[in-house]
Amino acid sequence: MAVVREITFAQALNEALDYEMAKDEKVVVMGEDVGVYGGIYGVTAGLYDKYGPERVRDTPIAESGFIGTSVGAAATGLLRPVVELMFIDFLGVAYDQIYNQAAKMRYMFGGKAKIPMVLRTTCGAGFSAAAQHSQSLHALFVHVPGLKVVMPSTPYDAKGLLISSIEDDDPVVFIEHKGLYAIKGPVPEEPYSIPLGEADVKKEGKDVTIVATAAMVHKSLEVAKKLEEEGISVEVVDPRTLVPLDVDTILNSIKKTGRLVVVDEGYPRCGFATDIAALAVSRAFDALKAPVKIITPPATPVPFSPALEKEWIPSSEKIEKAVREVL
Amino acid sequence: MVVEEIPKETLLWMYETMVKIRVHEEKVAELFAQGKIPGFVHLYVGEEAVAVGVMANLRKDDFITSTHRGHGHYIAKGGCIEASMAELFGKKTGICKGKGGSMHIADLDIGELGANGIVGGGIPHAVGAGLGIKLNGLDSVAVAFFGEGASNQQNFHEGINIASIWKLPVVFVCENNLYQISLPYSKQQAIKSVAERGKAYGIPGVAVDGQDVLAVYEVAKEAIERARRGEGPTLIEVKTYRFRGHFEGDPEVYRSKDEVEWWKKNKDPIKLFEEKLLSKGIATKEELDAIWEKVKREIEDAVKFAEESPWPTKEDVVEDVFSTPTKGVLVWQW
Ligand SMILES: Cc1ncc(C[n+]2csc(CCOP(=O)(O)OP(=O)(O)O)c2C)c(N)n1
Repeated sequence: MAVVREITFAQALNEALDYEMAKDEKVVVMGEDVGVYGGIYGVTAGLYDKYGPERVRDTPIAESGFIGTSVGAAATGLLRPVVELMFIDFLGVAYDQIYNQAAKMRYMFGGKAKIPMVLRTTCGAGFSAAAQHSQSLHALFVHVPGLKVVMPSTPYDAKGLLISSIEDDDPVVFIEHKGLYAIKGPVPEEPYSIPLGEADVKKEGKDVTIVATAAMVHKSLEVAKKLEEEGISVEVVDPRTLVPLDVDTILNSIKKTGRLVVVDEGYPRCGFATDIAALAVSRAFDALKAPVKIITPPATPVPFSPALEKEWIPSSEKIEKAVREVL
Repeated sequence: MVVEEIPKETLLWMYETMVKIRVHEEKVAELFAQGKIPGFVHLYVGEEAVAVGVMANLRKDDFITSTHRGHGHYIAKGGCIEASMAELFGKKTGICKGKGGSMHIADLDIGELGANGIVGGGIPHAVGAGLGIKLNGLDSVAVAFFGEGASNQQNFHEGINIASIWKLPVVFVCENNLYQISLPYSKQQAIKSVAERGKAYGIPGVAVDGQDVLAVYEVAKEAIERARRGEGPTLIEVKTYRFRGHFEGDPEVYRSKDEVEWWKKNKDPIKLFEEKLLSKGIATKEELDAIWEKVKREIEDAVKFAEESPWPTKEDVVEDVFSTPTKGVLVWQW
């Protein structure tokens, strides 16, 4: 078997963009500093030189304006915009264009509109960036019907899922955890797509299921590895796309292990973790041998001080403790 | 603009379309009062010359974005009245299958990218259409319609700025009907005219009498031709007035009956245009009367179609959320 080279999560995304831009002239990239600068996390690096300023467009700081521009361009069928919102925290200044416009047009127009656009954005704490640059607000997108929501955890998934997202005719919110950009993993050079709505069992196990998202997948895998040494077998399920949700894979895992821990960096109330917990108790209650455990940050804004932030982010210790508690 | 410069065919289309909007809207008011049309209804009576004067310059492959007061835009862009009437009733045969209603009338097949329940929400969509046109090397244009109230909203400023820096083929048409629900223009912004805002974005800003369809036609023509030539956007402020309340059922405590009567008597766009067509000998009274009769029958037919149409079924509730089927659960139901 050929050795697959390892590249970073950011490079994997870049390859997906490059592939789609080369393949389809309608794909345009826009956002703040995506051009010469290459995106503040380097995801769009090199695209400006390759595809020029018409297709890689630097925008003014007008999130509602340029996200709305993408919505309109997509609705006409003339373009397939991939638009970057620098931080998910800035969503508030443009939220209407996402949840009232992009998400609702198809339904409100009786199925006539297609909105083939991708909104790429970044989430995640851990950088002392304080409360306005560290949030994981994916639940706000999952909450609203009409949006597909993707949240990859590995470079391999990032490339395959971004390709699928750009080729999808619906509005997709593609959420990238800032802590993952630099991680490396095997990624084939050739393009490939991962279907939206297909969860990935990142590690098989028999005793406990952990459902985890984005950076939390890696923490959960560490915990699983550690516990394996003690003979505790943990299954780690990464939904990868939050909408559509691969309910079958999640429920099958819960039915197999009979125990569930959900780990998510979003806020605890009405969040993604509570959603999965509700799914488990309403659809797999008979299989559960212990109460479901939910590990999320507390319901506070994200603190600045590294000492406080470390406490705020779900830790391996908390995940491990939760696993032991459900056993 | 003098009528002699416009083909008679266009002039008669303009007249007929204004009449169509007027008769449509008055019929809708009646049906709403009878409880046959549910929801919020914002009518365009008094503002007919705006949609018609602009749309007379547009082609089918041009795009528009509309507002909560969008019936006039839809009709003037060439929409199907039977389908929109059925939509107002919430019927399955509606243009949006009964899922949008008055505030969301849309028809992408004729370049109508949608009425909008969010004030200002559609403005950047026209900018996006403009971007699509430009990058595809087409000579179409996109027109954003919005009220003067919306011109205080972020999407106006951000959208117009983007269109201006990118020189997109977009025309921004502000329908200044003097009220943002109850708030008069003088209390919405400190400048004399919305058109002045063009200056802030480095684009032409023109104000025009919106009760004179020929004046609107002329200003729109210039702006649209400019956009088609690749010279970028224009902001047009159309000074107009709505003859009815903000929405049907509005008690209208914020303006006097005298004021409304003055506008109806002196500035009715249809009456003014009719006088011109007659005095210039472009049409006879009989010809114009025949237009009213024809239009009334058309609207009656649309109402009949809507009334006789079936309701959507319960299965329709979960249809039309997404277009690309995928694995996993897309439409959640416990
Ligand atoms: C963002 C937003 N804020 C408030 C409203 C409620 N609203 C609906 S129409 C309207 C007034 C709009 O005034 P204007 O833009 O001048 O348009 P007009 O109704 O006069 O045609 C308001 C406040 C809304 N629909 N959307």
